[in-house]
Parts: sequence; structure tokens; C-alpha cells
Amino acid sequence: MGALLEVSGVSVSFDGFKAINNLSFSIDTGELRAVIGPNGAGKTTFMDIVTGKTRPDSGKVEWGRPGRDLLRLSESQIARLGIGRKFQRPTVFVTQTVQDNLLMALKKDRDPLSALFYRADAVDLGKVEELAVEIGLQEHLPRLAGELSHGQKQWLEIGMLLAQDPQLLLVDEPAAGMTPAEREHTTDLLKRAAQTRAVVVVEHDMEFVRRLGCKVTVLHEGAVLAEGSLDAVTSNQDVIDVYLGR
Amino acid sequence: MRLLILCLLSASIFLTIRQPVALANDLQPVLQENASVIERPSRQTAGIAIEALFASGAAGVTHFLAQWRDKQVWRTKEDGIFYFGPDARGDIELVDIDTGESAGTVSSRDLVQVKPNSGVRAVIDAALVRFQLSDPDPTVRAVALDTLERSADASQLIPLRASIQEETDPDLRSRKERLEGLLIISYGQSAEERIAAMERFKGDTGIDVRAAINPLLATRLEVAKSLPGDKNVARTLVPGRDIDLDVAYAMLVDADFAPAPVTRADRNAALVSHAADGRIGAILLETLNTEAARDAAYQSLAETGKVPPTVGAEERGSLLANHVFYEVYAEPDRAVTAAAVGTLNSINRAVDLNQLADLALDALSLASIYFLAAIGLAITFGVMGVINMAHGEFIMMGAYTGYVVQQFISNYTVSILVALPLAFAVTFAAGVLLERLVIRHLMHRPLETLLATFGVSIALQQLAKNIFGTQARPLTAPEWLDGSLAFNDIVSISYIRIAIFVLAVIFFLLLLFILKRTRLGLEVRAVTQNPSMASSMGINPDRINMLTFGLGSGIAGIAGVAIGLFAQVTSELGANYIVQSFMTVVVGGVGNIWGTLAGAGMIGSLQKIIEWFNPSNTLAAQTYMIMFVIIFIQFRPKGIIALKGRAAGD
Amino acid sequence: MSETALNTLQQRSFFLRNPSVLVFLAILSLLTLGATLMSEAFGIGLLSTSFIKTLGKTLCLCLIAIAMDLVWGYCGILSLGHFAFFGLGGYMIGMWLMYERTKDIVVESLAGQALPPTPEEIRDAIGTQIFGVVGGSEIPAIWYFADSLAVQLAFVVLVPGVLALGFGWLAFRSRVTGVYLSILTQAMTLALSLYLFQNDSGLRGNNGLSGLQNIPGLTLVPQAVISVWFLWASALALGLGYLLAAWVVSGKFGNVIRGIRDDEPRVRFLGYPVETYKLFIFTLTAVIAGIAGALYYPQAGIINPAELAPIASIFLAVWVAIGGRGRLYGAVIGAALVSLLSSAFTGGQVPDIPLGFATIQWVDWWTVLLGFGFVLVTLFAPQGIGGLVDQLVRKGDR
Repeated sequence: MGALLEVSGVSVSFDGFKAINNLSFSIDTGELRAVIGPNGAGKTTFMDIVTGKTRPDSGKVEWGRPGRDLLRLSESQIARLGIGRKFQRPTVFVTQTVQDNLLMALKKDRDPLSALFYRADAVDLGKVEELAVEIGLQEHLPRLAGELSHGQKQWLEIGMLLAQDPQLLLVDEPAAGMTPAEREHTTDLLKRAAQTRAVVVVEHDMEFVRRLGCKVTVLHEGAVLAEGSLDAVTSNQDVIDVYLGR
Repeated sequence: MRLLILCLLSASIFLTIRQPVALANDLQPVLQENASVIERPSRQTAGIAIEALFASGAAGVTHFLAQWRDKQVWRTKEDGIFYFGPDARGDIELVDIDTGESAGTVSSRDLVQVKPNSGVRAVIDAALVRFQLSDPDPTVRAVALDTLERSADASQLIPLRASIQEETDPDLRSRKERLEGLLIISYGQSAEERIAAMERFKGDTGIDVRAAINPLLATRLEVAKSLPGDKNVARTLVPGRDIDLDVAYAMLVDADFAPAPVTRADRNAALVSHAADGRIGAILLETLNTEAARDAAYQSLAETGKVPPTVGAEERGSLLANHVFYEVYAEPDRAVTAAAVGTLNSINRAVDLNQLADLALDALSLASIYFLAAIGLAITFGVMGVINMAHGEFIMMGAYTGYVVQQFISNYTVSILVALPLAFAVTFAAGVLLERLVIRHLMHRPLETLLATFGVSIALQQLAKNIFGTQARPLTAPEWLDGSLAFNDIVSISYIRIAIFVLAVIFFLLLLFILKRTRLGLEVRAVTQNPSMASSMGINPDRINMLTFGLGSGIAGIAGVAIGLFAQVTSELGANYIVQSFMTVVVGGVGNIWGTLAGAGMIGSLQKIIEWFNPSNTLAAQTYMIMFVIIFIQFRPKGIIALKGRAAGD
Repeated sequence: MSETALNTLQQRSFFLRNPSVLVFLAILSLLTLGATLMSEAFGIGLLSTSFIKTLGKTLCLCLIAIAMDLVWGYCGILSLGHFAFFGLGGYMIGMWLMYERTKDIVVESLAGQALPPTPEEIRDAIGTQIFGVVGGSEIPAIWYFADSLAVQLAFVVLVPGVLALGFGWLAFRSRVTGVYLSILTQAMTLALSLYLFQNDSGLRGNNGLSGLQNIPGLTLVPQAVISVWFLWASALALGLGYLLAAWVVSGKFGNVIRGIRDDEPRVRFLGYPVETYKLFIFTLTAVIAGIAGALYYPQAGIINPAELAPIASIFLAVWVAIGGRGRLYGAVIGAALVSLLSSAFTGGQVPDIPLGFATIQWVDWWTVLLGFGFVLVTLFAPQGIGGLVDQLVRKGDR
């Protein structure tokens, strides 16, 4: 199976500060991958580049086979290609119900006219119900998203990502600010999601990463420092230096 | 006086010997000879009389002329003798014209005052000027030159030349030489002399030079069968390209080269006059409701010979093609006009360059005003992310503060010096008040802040109207700011604008210093780039917001005083500048003084450049400028100087 | 189930889900009917013709307020340019009204001539009549279709629509948002009004278009009757506009634009082309504003560039904010209340308050009151009157 996303030789700098420095990275279809790294390693900038929010100064980002150049597409076009993104802080539409949030994310035509004439039918409502069960919010469908707890909002956002039915999920620190029980639920959600699509999880928390049990990429100063199983990278001398200081 | 003696009274060796008896060179007898003209002169007769006075060789002619001009000459009713006497009523103390001694006091009822009208006075002046040009007093010579520069004619060329030789003052000498050159251009004897004079003035931007040369190049439009060889033709004109076809045809008609065209009105009148019983021949009048039908009806009349035939398009075309339309110079000498064109071209090039310099000065002064008006806005926008729609009203408050101060302090210099800090204080306080009462409570809701400050804006504007009325109030600049610094006839800048430029530079440097070199500036920059980080470092963002808002508003007050000095103070003063200020901030980029400087420079020069292309229409200039800004934002959405990276905020 | 039956069901469900729409339409119908019955032309004559016109104009202002609410309250774009679209709609219909009316007058005055007038003569006379005031007699090219009601009506929709489309495309494409966008829209409005102020704009400079209350061909119908017709037309337009707006915001489209208002990047990362949505809503509301203007100015009788000044658009935002944005009825309440109060206070219908040492004259002090009052509303009732109504309704529910 070929690579789903291929990032090669990407660099970007802000006012002289190199946030990403000749980064190369690739992920296969249906792969679960954790990306770790200290603060300022360029994890979020990496996601910004893949999702089209930031344009790199140089390098290539290609999607699928044959490779499609993501750098020429807008954020929404990239999202429609099948890359879903979850932000660090939960971002759901707080003034709308859980059901409306999920309906909006549901994979449908995204143009204004389709949205204007769209009316939810039984099939779509059924899908939303299914997703709600999956993320454990079936009780909360008619509630406003703003009334949910922090963890529930995170799950709702993951549910919205799943509703988009993407081939690649980019998840930024999903466990931040969660109780241990919530973390466990989140781990399960992500693992189940990875059975049908590729998932990239950016995370600080080693325990969380260990529970995911997948290949790990370590970023440092905007470049890949090490890659492999968690045990392999944690025993890598470079990684130890970076995390513990020289 | 020496010239007087030399030129006119060389024969008079008795000048210094004063005797009560009439002498050969006494003026009174000459005056008596011309008495009727002197008492009631006209422009024509006065000139003749003056020449007669000079020709007589009598002493004191110039003195008499000056007194005559100033209405200080009287004539007794009894014996018709002329005397000097003050221009007054009642008892007049008379002075003998020749001896200069008192001749007793006479009631004005027994006298006739000799009062030349203004036209005659001008004639006298012109006669006097020649002598004043050689007056020992340089101020008199300068005044005489002023007169001559305003109205010179051929007769003054010789006395002017004569006076140049003995001129000792270098300034006056060069002025005289310049005037001599100009007079030669207009009245010179030979073509060579005139051409040489024109050569001297190449590239000279003075208005007087163009005034002297332009008449040489005046042209007259003429038409002929073929181009005449004996005339000084400026250019030929092609009908339809250089000259309107109808105008050209009308010229042919005037010159009897072509039959008069039948105009629509002629045609209609002819149709009406040949109509009878609602029809013209077989044609019903009701059917003549199109141009084509009327033309056809007229044609049928023309065929019967009742009306003159129309000139067909073809005939008209061939008539126009068979004649030459040309402009001919009033000046017959080709060499002279060619030299004039050459000099004028070189002058125009110099004038263009100077106008460019003047435009640059204008743009600079406009940019200074925009900078002062916008910098406060830019600071608050940069630090707090809010647009203060009431900023314009703070500018207005500053201007009114200046006005009120002038009501109490009558010395304009002192009042401006008091008004500047006071305006700053007043608007600083208003800004702090607005920040504490309104803006602080709308943190992170920039659109609502915009609307709330708009509410403040309309309330303040109406309040100003209620307090000060709708009529404009003056804010008078001190006298030393009156007038302007003129580099030549084209490039000049008023002192007020220089003062505003200086003010803008001072505030630019001051703000640069505050932001880069002081603790407050450090904190302001920290809050601008990352408010939450700044507050976790122990900076109190509330205090910073309040101070920056006050500072921004305070500068608006200063800008108000500055603007009030050259514009009328009304309640709409600020509103007139607010959109330009917004444009300046948007174009320049947020949170950076250099950005505002660049924005102000760009908006100011752009407006001036557009006005230059279309000087009559400032409304259009503003329209195009705004359209330009909208397009500009496409290419630099964050302004000329944009913050990059995380600090820019996404 | 047949397709029509399904459609009816959906239609019904739209009203069932939005009962406030029915309430609004009922109130609007009652108001129109009541005003008609009390008018001089069709009823007991309790309401003067000028008051009927004021009512009709107010309904048009409510319509543009709905447009403003859609674009700002729902989509979060604080446009300070919608009154420009309103004015453009007015200018477009005004051109036809003025041209045809002048033509009638000119034809009448030329009828006495010996020769029947030619089309050129009529056109020349119209040109002199209309543009003499700005020192011209040529009819500008933009008046080419002024004799065609159908084309000018199409322009009422097209001109604001195309301008909004062009401006919106430029602005949204370069991701100008927030206060930047507000300032740009304000600049656009200012540019347009300054342009119209020029004598060579082809629209009579600061004289504007006048005599618009006279409907060509209907010179014999008294104004009392015409005013009621326009009241009906305005009420119909407002009703349809409200219905359209309610339908637009009720479904997924409404959720998307609310999403854009609350969290634009999130909507973008869900794959929605945010710029297209903004452009759609910006253009749609510009068209609604144009239609509202086309109905307003024949009732006002005159339009000039001052009407398009940026301040009018800001006042529009104030109405919607006071009424309560994000609620369609809020926009209607705000526009009706503030514009009626403004005309009452500045029209001298409210008695001045003597304070002994001075007298509060409302002509002078109303704007001050409105300005500071608006600040208070923003501070203490950010959801406006509509928000207060919502609170009351919710209390009733519990």
C-alpha cells in the first residue's frame, strides 16, 4: 500500500524563526501514528501546513496516489479531499445543538445551494444517531453544544470529524484537560477510528501515546528527530537529550 | 535728483538761487499754459500735458507731478494761480509752487482742488517712474521697479536702460536687468535683440517671463484655399481631428467659401412656413414625426426651388477637404516665434519639474496631517484590536479646545502654546473615560466596540453642535505662521503646513522613543503581541489599555488643534478626516508606527497625485483613492508593514 | 407518498418549526389592513396620506433591517455598506420614474407645435429638462434603458447584486474580516456617495432624483390612493423577505452561516467554502436591500447622494443592534421603533422639556440621547430588545 500523505522537504519560517526545517514525513492508508515533541517543535505548524492554513516557503505536500499537490488547495478543498482536523481546544458550535453540529459535519455536498435546500431525512438522522452512540452523546443530541462538559465537547468534535468520513484524521492533543476515565474513552475512540482510516495524533502525554500502541514520530526544531515504536524512540539518545536537556 | 539735474535741468544753473520774481525756468507760467488740462485731465490729455511740462525745462516738474497725483494741488478761483496745499477741507495753507514758501491761508471755498481720477493718476505714476528709477533712495527705486513690473510699456525701456548703468544695489540691478530683458522681448527693436533676450530666459520659471512670451505666441484661426506662404503659420489643423467638423464648416461659411448649412431649426421653420391646411404639398404634417420624414419633406421643397438646397454630406466633406485650416501667429517674424517656442518649451520643462516638487511638498503636508489624525487610531487598534469610531470626535474636541482657549487668551502665540497641551489633556481624559466606561466592558467584541463608539461619536458630534452652534468657529494661527515659504513662483508651502509637518515629526519621534525606549513602550509592545502572555508576566493589561487609549486620544486632540489652524472648526471637522484615517491605518498595517507613517505617506501622496491628474474634482480624487485602497488590500491584506507569525493573530 | 405531499409536509413543518413567522405575517397583515381601513383613500380617513407613506417607508426600512440581520446577526459580517445598496435600488427605479414622468411633461408641452415632435426632439427636451440643473443636456449612457420599466426593475436587483458580488469577491477572497471588513465596506459606501455627489456622475449630482412620488401614466390617481398601494407593496415585500430570510436561516445553510459567525476556521476545516457562503449571503442581502430601496424612494419622493452616506449604514446596524441581532423579528422591531421614534422626535411631534434655565429641544438633543442610549444598550442589553423578549418567553415556558 502506498503512502496516503507524503510531506517532503518542507520549510517555513516566521520573521526569521524556522518553525519547520526541511521536514519529511509520510503516513500510509489506515495507519495510526503519534507525533510527539517538545514545545515549539513545530507540531501544530506541521498540521497547519497539511490542512492548508499555512503556506510553506519550500517543499512538497502530496496526497494519495497519484500524488495531488495540497499546497495549491484551500483549507476547505483539503478538508473535502478527506483530511479532518481536530484543534487543541475543543471547537464546536456552542450555540447549536449536538445534532445540528453533527448534521453540519456529515459528508454531503458543501456548496451553498445544496445547504440551502438540504433537509435532514431519516437516513441522515440515523447516521447522526449512530455517531452519537459511538461518541457516547446519544442522550445529549437535542442539547446545545455549549452546555456540554469539556470532555464531551472533545468527543463531539471527534464525532464531527468522523461524520466528515475523512481518510486522514489529524488530532491535536485530544486528551488535554481530561479526567483519566475520559482519556480512556478517547483512546478507544481513536483506536476504533484508525481501523478504517489513517489517524495522526499529536500528543504530549507519553502514557496516552503508550496506550495508543502505534508508531511514533518525534519532532524537534521543525524536523523529524526519530521514528519507530515508542520503546525504540524513548531509548534513542537524541530523544533523551532533547527531552531532558543536554 | 542728480538725473533730474542732468537730463532735464542741465541748462538751469539758477536752480539754487531763489528769487521772488518770475524766472525763465519757473513752472507756474508753463502750468498756466496747460491750465485747463491740468485742472480737468483725461488719460489722453494728461500725457500730452506732462510731456509739455517736461519739454518746458522748468524746475520741480517731478515734485509737482507727485503733488498733483496726491491731490495736493489747488487753484484759486480768483486769478487761476496754482498752489500746493494739503488734501483737506476748510482753511487751506497754500504754498507757492516755485519758491516753496507759504502763500497764506485761504478758505477752500475760494479754491478749486485739482483732483485727477485714478486713470490719470496711473499716467502720472508712469511718467514719474522713470525718475524714481534713479532716485538716490533705494526704497524709492524698489517701489518704482514694483510699479514698472506690474505695468511696463515700450517707452520705459530707455530710461530703464539708462538707470541700470548707475545702479549700485546688486539686487535692484539684477531686477532691472531682468525687467530690461522682458521689455526687450516685447518691445525690442530688432528680431536679433529679442531672440537673444529670450535665450537668456530659457528654463526660467517666473510667471513674468511666461507673461512676456505668451503674447508672442498668440494665434488666430484662419481658413484659405491653400496655405499662404507669407504668413507665420503655427500649424495646420485637420478637420475632425484638431477642429470640430461643424466649427470648421462654420468657418468656411463665414469666409464665403461654402453655402450656409440648413440647420434643424432652419429646416423646421421652412417646413412650417410652407405648410398650408395641415400639409406641405402632398405630405401631411402629422407624418413629420421623425427626422427622416422631415428631411424628405424639405428635400421635396428644395427640388421645387422654394427653399435653398441642403448641403449634402459628400459636398460638405469635399469642401472641408479642399480648404486649409491653420493657426497663424500674431507675431510676423518666424525667427522670433521659433525662439519663443524654444524658450517656452524649456520653461515648461522646468515648470513641470517644479510642479512635481510642489506636489511632493503638498503630499508631504497632507501625509503629516493624516499621520497626526491616524496615529492615535493605529495605536489603539494595534494594542487593543478595537476601532474607535469616536476618534474623529476627539480630533474635533481638540480643535474646539483651541477655539475656547483663544476666547480667553488673546495673544495667538500664547494661546496656541496653551491649547496644544490642554487639548492633549482634554482628549486624554475623554479617552480614558471612554475606555473605562465602555470599551473595557466590551473586551474581545471588536464589532460591538465599533458600534458603541459610533454611538459616542454621533452623541458627541450633536453635543458640539448644540454647544457651539452649526457655524464654523475660527482658530487663528499666530501671525508668524501667516504666509508661506516660496522657493519660486511655483514651489511654495505655507508656514502652517510646515508647522504641522514639524509637529508630525515630533510626535513620530516621541512615540518611537516611548515605544522603543521606555518601560511603558515595552509593556505596550508586549500587550500588542501577546496579551495573555504579557499579563502572566506581571503586566497589567487594563492599565496599559487605558494609557494607550488615553495616549491615542490625546494625540487626536493635538491633531485637532493642528487641523483647526487651516480648516474651519465645525462639529464635522473630525468626521471629515475619519475615513482617511481608517484608510491610513488599514493601508499601513496595524500595531506599528512605521506602518502608519508609510500609510499616511501613501494615502497623502496618492490623493495629491490623483488630484493632479484631475485638479478640478476633489470628489473624484477621493473616490478613486478609496477604490485604490480596496484593491490594495487584495494584495496586502495586512497592510504595508505587516506583523507575521503568531503575533499577527489568525 | 407523492412528491407534492412530501413538499406540503415539509412546508408545514417549516411553519410548525417557526411559529414566529406565522405570528409576524399575521401582525403584518393586520397592520396593513388596519392602516388601509383608516386611510383617506379607502377608509375612514383617520390616518393622513403622509402618515401612510411613513408607515410604508418604515416597512421598507424593516426589510433592509432583515437583510442587515442576515448578513451581520447571522453571518457575523458587520457590513457598513448596505444602505448604499438600498440607495442604488432607489436610484435605479428613480431613473425610470423621472425619465418617463419628464417624457409625459415634455410630450405634452411639445404637442402645441406646428410639426409633431420627433423622437430626437423629445429626447433632447427630456435631457435639458432633467440635466439642465447640472449644466448638461445630453442624456448620459447609463440612462439608455431608462424608458424601460422592465430593464430598470432588473437593474434594481442587478446593480446592487453585481456591486456586492464584485466587492465581496475581492474582500472575502483576501480574507478581510472583522473590523477591517467593516471599514472597507464603509469606504466603499463613501466612495459611492462621493461619486454620486459629482455633477458628471450622470445622476444629477447632489440634486439627486426628485418627483419620484409621481407615477408615470397614473397622473390622475391621487397620492392618497398611491400611498396605500405602496403600503401594500411594501408589506408584501416585507412579508416575502421575512419568509425568505426565515427559510434561509432555518436549515443547514443557517447553521453554516451561524457557524461562520461563531468560529470561521472550524467551518472551513469542515470543508465548507466559507468565502462562497459569505459572498452568497452578502449578495443576497444586497439584492434585498436594493428592492427595499426601490420601494422606499417612490414613497419618499426624492433621493440624493446624502442618503447613501456611510452614517446611514451605521444607523442601520444600530437599529438591528437595538432590536436584537440574530433574530429576524428583532431587526424588524429595532428598525420600526428607532426610525419611527427618530422621525417623531426630530419632526417636532414630541413636546420640548422646559428646564427653567434652558429648554431641551428634541430636534437638538434626540441624536445625543440616541447615541448614548445606544451605548447603554450595547453595554447592558447586548442582545437588544429581542433578547429581552426571549428572556420573557423562556421565563413563561418554565
